Amino acid sequence: MGLKPVLALATGMIVASFVALAEDSANLVIEGETIITTAPAPDHAENLDEVFSGWLFRSKETQALQLDDFDNPGFVFVDQGIDLFNAVDGSEGKSCAACHENVEDFAGLRTQMPRVVDGDLQTMEEQVNACRTERMGAEPWKYSGAQMTSMTALIGLQSRGLPMDVAIDGDAAPYWEKGKELYYTRVGQLDLACSNCHEANYGNMIRADNLSQGQINGFPTYRLKNAKLNSTHARFKGCMKNVRATPYAEGSAEFKALELYLASRGQGLAVETPSVRN
Amino acid sequence: MAKGVKPRVKVPKTAAAGDTITIKTLISHKMESGRRKDSDGNLIPRSIINRFTCDFNGENVIEVILEPAVSTNPYFQFDAIVPEAGTFAFTWYDDDGSVYEAEKKIAIA
Amino acid sequence: MTVTRRKILALGAGTLAFANLTSLPAFASVVEDQIAAVTGGAAVQDGGITLTAPEIAENGNTVPVEVLAEGAVAITILATGNPSPEVATFRFGALNPTRRASTRIRLAKTQDVIAIAEMADGTFRKAQSVVKVTIGGCGG
Repeated sequence: MGLKPVLALATGMIVASFVALAEDSANLVIEGETIITTAPAPDHAENLDEVFSGWLFRSKETQALQLDDFDNPGFVFVDQGIDLFNAVDGSEGKSCAACHENVEDFAGLRTQMPRVVDGDLQTMEEQVNACRTERMGAEPWKYSGAQMTSMTALIGLQSRGLPMDVAIDGDAAPYWEKGKELYYTRVGQLDLACSNCHEANYGNMIRADNLSQGQINGFPTYRLKNAKLNSTHARFKGCMKNVRATPYAEGSAEFKALELYLASRGQGLAVETPSVRN
Repeated sequence: MAKGVKPRVKVPKTAAAGDTITIKTLISHKMESGRRKDSDGNLIPRSIINRFTCDFNGENVIEVILEPAVSTNPYFQFDAIVPEAGTFAFTWYDDDGSVYEAEKKIAIA
Repeated sequence: MTVTRRKILALGAGTLAFANLTSLPAFASVVEDQIAAVTGGAAVQDGGITLTAPEIAENGNTVPVEVLAEGAVAITILATGNPSPEVATFRFGALNPTRRASTRIRLAKTQDVIAIAEMADGTFRKAQSVVKVTIGGCGG
């Protein structure tokens, strides 16, 4: 933790001494199903012993919102996702349901995303838009817009409770390497890399906020801050703005690579989509 | 009618006559407070759900008057007595005159 | 008065004490006025009503609160530090047995939240709770 004083100096922020995870003994049980919130770190996350869901770092009031699918405000958007799934759109006169009869068939998909398809790294959002433009003849949705996040929440929910399991070898290896490089590269006026906060200082307070490991197993996530579902790339943008860097674009090669790398750091953590965070 | 407004309600499917049950409601709504400014510095006009009611077989359970300090996607939880089988009717009133409705039937077990 | 927290901190301890002394009575009467607007000026007793709110809210945009007052016909929630203090009023109907309600509210800053119950006999009860509103890590 030799980084701490440097961080505090560099950023002018007060990083308090180690604070235990909000609820050490708390279990994430949603609708009777226990969701894994800690796991041994995968070998490729060489600086971590254990991986922790962001849920563990939140206050008990915020945690409680995720314990019940009605209390979780993200589900009102899952409902909208169901409507969109069944809505005919585009020149081909098709809905999602025209090809994918049961949305439940997407169980497991979220755990493998992003993944390499025909040599290109593909995110869930890109897969949805590929379906829309190529099969439905419909306009693509905005990357982090309300329609897209409702749809990715609905599809992601089908994998809730299943452990993250992205491929990082073979075709995926160069993307993963690029993501790792980005994770450890300092950016912005505050000169911070992802790792400075989310690897070296998780569990510490950054002002009034308890830093998490920055795991993405719960995305899209409903944030109390903006009262809507947030995509991973929108969250990356927010982080980059916070460290006074110029963010990469949503859907950019950089964010896609970072998403793959972060997903791999959370291997073993269960999908929590749609999670609730502050 | 405001965009993307969708109500959700949770009511048990059955109850014993005279039982007290807990009801939860949520509606997707921006609850624009009227105090925020857009990127040009102009005030964004207020647009909220200003009233919510829940009735059972025509008799009132609760009425809520909402101000802009109720959070986006207004959520309410409250209790109701179920004297007989029937229907809960939920109504949300928007500043713009729109009315959103939902119904849930409950049987006596 | 437009005294920001930063300005107060910069002014130093002496001025801070002064600012507190001068602003406290004004603040108290503002809250009294807010309460009177609900009760029509009638006396308000403490007790007989429960207000449950977090001690620290992770985000002021969505703060869960619950009110409960047996025998109440209505309960009003006030956020004394908001630009407009009124938050919501719950009126209980004949089929409501518990006079209990939960919702999620917006709090602009750390402040007292007050719940006022109008009882069936026409008297008023109140409960209040301080909620500390925090701000995220990087100002986000």
